[in-house]
Amino acid sequence: MNLVQLSLLEQAVFVLAALILFLSFTLLAQSRLVSGIHVFAWQGAVLAGATALVAASGAHHLFISAGLTLLLKALLIPWMLHRQVRKLELERHVETLPHAALVLMGGAALVIFSYWVVVPIERLELLATRNIISLSLAVVLLGLLIMVTRRQAVTQVIGFMSMENGLFLAAVAATHGMPLVVELGVAFDVLVAAVLFGVFFLHISESIDSLDTDRLNRLAVPEDEP
Amino acid sequence: MTANAWLLVLLQSVLFLLGAPLLVAWVRRVKARLQNRRGAAWSQPYRDLYKLFGKETLVAHTASGVFRAAPYIVFASTLLACTVVPLITVRLPSAAVADVIVLVGFLALGRFFLALAGMDVGTAFGGMGSSREMLISALAEPAMLLAVFTLAMTAHSTNLASVIDHQLASGLILRPSYLFALMGLVLVAVAETGRIPIDNPTTHLELTMIHEAMILEYSGRHLALMEWAAQLKLMLYGVLIVNVFLPWGIGTQLTLPALASGLLFVIGKLLLLGVILAVAETGLAKMRLFRAPAFLNLALLLALLGLLSNVILEAGA
Amino acid sequence: MNPTLPLSLILAYVAVLAALGSAVGALATGRLPGAKGLMFLLLGASGAAAVAAGLTALASAPAGGELPLGLPWLPWHVRLDALAGFFLMVVGVVVLAVAVYGPGYVRDFEHGQDPLSVLGAFTGLFVAGMLLVVLADDAFLFMVAWELMSLSSYFLVVYQHEQAANRRAAFLYLLMAHIGALSILLGYGVLAAFGGGFAFEAMRGAALSPLWASVAFGLAFVGFGMKAGLVPMHAWLPEAHPAAPSHISALMSGVMLKVAVYGFIRFTFDLIGQIQWQWGVVVLIIGSISALMGVLYALMQHDLKRLLAYHSVENIGIIFIGLGLGLIFLATGHPVAGVLGLIAALYHTLNHALFKSLLFLGAGAILHATHERDLERMGGLLRRMPWTGFYFLIGCISISALPPFNGFVSEWLTFQTALQSWQLSGGVLRSLIPVAAAMLALTGALAAACFVKVYGVAFLGQARSRRVRRARPVTFGMRSAQGFLALLCLLAGIFPTSLLQWLNAVPEQLLGRGLSAATAHGWLWLTPVAPEMASYSAPIVLLALVLLWWLSALVLRRGRVRQVRRCDPWDCGFTDGLPTARMQYTATAFAQPIRRVFGLLFHVDEKVEREAGGMRHQLHVGDRAWELFYVPVAQRIQALSRRVTRLQRGNVRVYLGWSLGTLLVLLWLIS
Repeated sequence: MNLVQLSLLEQAVFVLAALILFLSFTLLAQSRLVSGIHVFAWQGAVLAGATALVAASGAHHLFISAGLTLLLKALLIPWMLHRQVRKLELERHVETLPHAALVLMGGAALVIFSYWVVVPIERLELLATRNIISLSLAVVLLGLLIMVTRRQAVTQVIGFMSMENGLFLAAVAATHGMPLVVELGVAFDVLVAAVLFGVFFLHISESIDSLDTDRLNRLAVPEDEP
Repeated sequence: MTANAWLLVLLQSVLFLLGAPLLVAWVRRVKARLQNRRGAAWSQPYRDLYKLFGKETLVAHTASGVFRAAPYIVFASTLLACTVVPLITVRLPSAAVADVIVLVGFLALGRFFLALAGMDVGTAFGGMGSSREMLISALAEPAMLLAVFTLAMTAHSTNLASVIDHQLASGLILRPSYLFALMGLVLVAVAETGRIPIDNPTTHLELTMIHEAMILEYSGRHLALMEWAAQLKLMLYGVLIVNVFLPWGIGTQLTLPALASGLLFVIGKLLLLGVILAVAETGLAKMRLFRAPAFLNLALLLALLGLLSNVILEAGA
Repeated sequence: MNPTLPLSLILAYVAVLAALGSAVGALATGRLPGAKGLMFLLLGASGAAAVAAGLTALASAPAGGELPLGLPWLPWHVRLDALAGFFLMVVGVVVLAVAVYGPGYVRDFEHGQDPLSVLGAFTGLFVAGMLLVVLADDAFLFMVAWELMSLSSYFLVVYQHEQAANRRAAFLYLLMAHIGALSILLGYGVLAAFGGGFAFEAMRGAALSPLWASVAFGLAFVGFGMKAGLVPMHAWLPEAHPAAPSHISALMSGVMLKVAVYGFIRFTFDLIGQIQWQWGVVVLIIGSISALMGVLYALMQHDLKRLLAYHSVENIGIIFIGLGLGLIFLATGHPVAGVLGLIAALYHTLNHALFKSLLFLGAGAILHATHERDLERMGGLLRRMPWTGFYFLIGCISISALPPFNGFVSEWLTFQTALQSWQLSGGVLRSLIPVAAAMLALTGALAAACFVKVYGVAFLGQARSRRVRRARPVTFGMRSAQGFLALLCLLAGIFPTSLLQWLNAVPEQLLGRGLSAATAHGWLWLTPVAPEMASYSAPIVLLALVLLWWLSALVLRRGRVRQVRRCDPWDCGFTDGLPTARMQYTATAFAQPIRRVFGLLFHVDEKVEREAGGMRHQLHVGDRAWELFYVPVAQRIQALSRRVTRLQRGNVRVYLGWSLGTLLVLLWLIS
């Protein structure tokens, strides 16, 4: 039992990592668009908290990334998404997830799977927070699962962003963060992606009058289509 | 020594019997304050019980023996469940009689007869209540057992006293699995004790009631027993939550000061829990019945995540 | 047979001979006046002898022998060890109860068009077959007895053959029983090839490569699983079991499935020997799925006997969960937990035999008294048939796994086994097992819901049809058979420790170690692994329950108002006109929320039609296994056979040409 040997601060990191996983599951089951954005914002905030705790336990340079994460993922991007949603008049949009229980069970299976995948790797690691890697992988896979199961473009983007959260968690937990330059670059990338997605939303909804990505599966529009 | 310990079991049962209506009174009172009402007196649940015990007991022509036996079985099984949960001290000899899985079994036994009693008279409402109750319990039970398993996997025991001992011995450890199990168990408790948002204990609106629909035909002392059993169940879940997850303060020896402080601590924790429950009930609205599975799914998911994080994060490879 | 035959074996021979004698005696019914009584007397003697043989075998060393039958170079071997003894006991108890129950129940058939002698003769053969399967010590006798059991039970299923549904069910049963038997035969073939003989002794010594061991295991699992009714090989079970007369249904559900479990345990734990943990995972997963699907489909039924048949699928699933856990723990080197899993499975085997037979006998009593199997037409039977109602209630509580009855003990033991998973080193297994345990919990809760439905709709409330309103109590014999089983359910529930002491002989002989800790603290305490880990005291629980009931009743009777006054139901104030029987919740209505929540797993066919007189609502809930597994296979086979029919031209000379060609090819091959 290695949890007992950890300091209280590291235990708290574990708790927050587990919370991030839980929030991913909540995202997976969430049918309301606006609530989904809120959950995503919370995930960003918890991620920032976890980063700050890791920073407090020694890696002080991570405070900057923690602040950056809080600013970007908990405040700025959710706000932008929210604005988009308001602009497209999707506030009351509810996307019912078919077979919700099944998808959730699939998610749980993904967690077990990612643990199984990571076990051989983590033996090599010596960091106390190594088990978090399997959680991060699970968050990444769950993000992908969200994108697979959802049809709504905005939800897919949220899934994509939460994948990025998982990667960031892995980076923070496993190597105490990437070099600041890389991190700034990634943060900038995510921001740009968010802006670009916003532009895409507008175009998609203008051209097909919906954000249902299932309607994008025709490769060419026949002439006689109204 | 053992005789004293068994006397303590008796004392604990009496404490449960007397405390359960008080807890209900406290929740109602806090809720009334939150809603800008004055609320009923402290003693109102006791007075209700006393009044019902004194009233004539009516039984429908169509009712069979099951209807008349059910209140006693429900009451006895719930009270028996109460005796195995450590209330003020861990050194409880009755905890060895039944572990936590048996505890779930006791509650299931009570519910089985409660649901049968609902169907006995042959009215539409009774059957409706039974059907819904069995649906909710069927979904809540696996969540509860998963949450319990999470504890058992850590403490390597299903004996409640051992689980609490283990918790006390290892000191303050932030376990993500405990956090999830706690959240899951709270949701289960809300569903099982018929609180908002699953059921409303004060409603008699025909189409929304669950627990009330099953005991609709009861009166007099039968009704009193049913009500008392429901109050006991609320307190039981409350004690289970506060003593298993936050056991600090519970008596570890059979001395008078330890017992007294254990009593004070558990009262304090229960009062706090009552406030939280009242706030939650004031803030939430009752769900449609077919939203309840989603609620319990969440409980199941939380319990499952608790278990997985126990395996992944805590046990170590 | 040598003169120093051990007592247990003598008793077992007596049991088999008595069963065969009962079959012979049955042939005389209708001609000789006392033949019917003799038939059931011999059946009962067979059951009693089997119980005695089983108990003796559990208490003594294994005993073997040879029968002067079989092929010249391959005599039939019999052997009675603790495992066989335990299953003999299970068979015997139920046969005994059925023999007491039978005379009253078959009175309906005496004047029917189907002769009683057929029913009696095949019943005797069926019982003899089951006893011989358990006794067999070589694959030859095993398969012969297995076929005897399958074939005679086919004739029992098809006994009421006027109904087309029964004939169809029986054919399906025959088909699947033989596919299963083929698979078992192949499994034995693998072992025999490596062991150099058909005797079990030779097979035990066989040194298999892991791959061949897995092949043998797979064949045996499919074969025995098909007979036991594991999902998705269960399709025959809910068709065939209800079709037979009720006391035969009790035998089939209560005992025949157990014989399949016996075969699986014998094959896997005893004969193969080197267990691999992957097998355990497969068994665990299939067992969990069977348990859950069984109970969910049971909830959707409103034919009482069909519902009980689906519950057999559920309970077999629970038994296999225990076995799967046992396999996993044994293979990963945790013998204590492994033995616990095996014991839990055996305990549940006994329990299921007891309560399922009790419930089938109860359903038979209802059928006998009302000629009604449909729950939607029942109601209020507790007042018409109070004793049957009381015993049925005990069966319901037992099968719903509620303390202090027996079903709870075995499920508790299974949970305790699952909770030992913290000992395992693999994280995936460690997380998989509790998930299986959660499925078991869901199963238990749904089973409780199902039996609230059954009991509430059939025995409580008001009668929904005239025939049910006029029901009469059944004969004393039928009632006492149910009472006997109900009493055993209670005893197995409150004295688990004493029973475990008997059961311990099975793993001790099979695996070389028992569960000594479980019974170390006296008859009052059941402590599977260690007292600080988990303990349960069923006698104290029962005592406390009764005491609390009595005390509260005592206190309340002294209250100010003692009398209970009868009145009309209140029903939220619907006073104009009392509530009628049609206003009650029906079985379908009761299960509707669950149908909606788990809708994905069923094939629901629901229609609402508007007619001139009002609305018409049709509902049919089908088994998904059909469309997923059976229909595609059936279509393939049909397509294949259509191709084969091209050979059939109708011209005699073409057929002769084929014969000539075949002959030529064969001659060429052997030359």
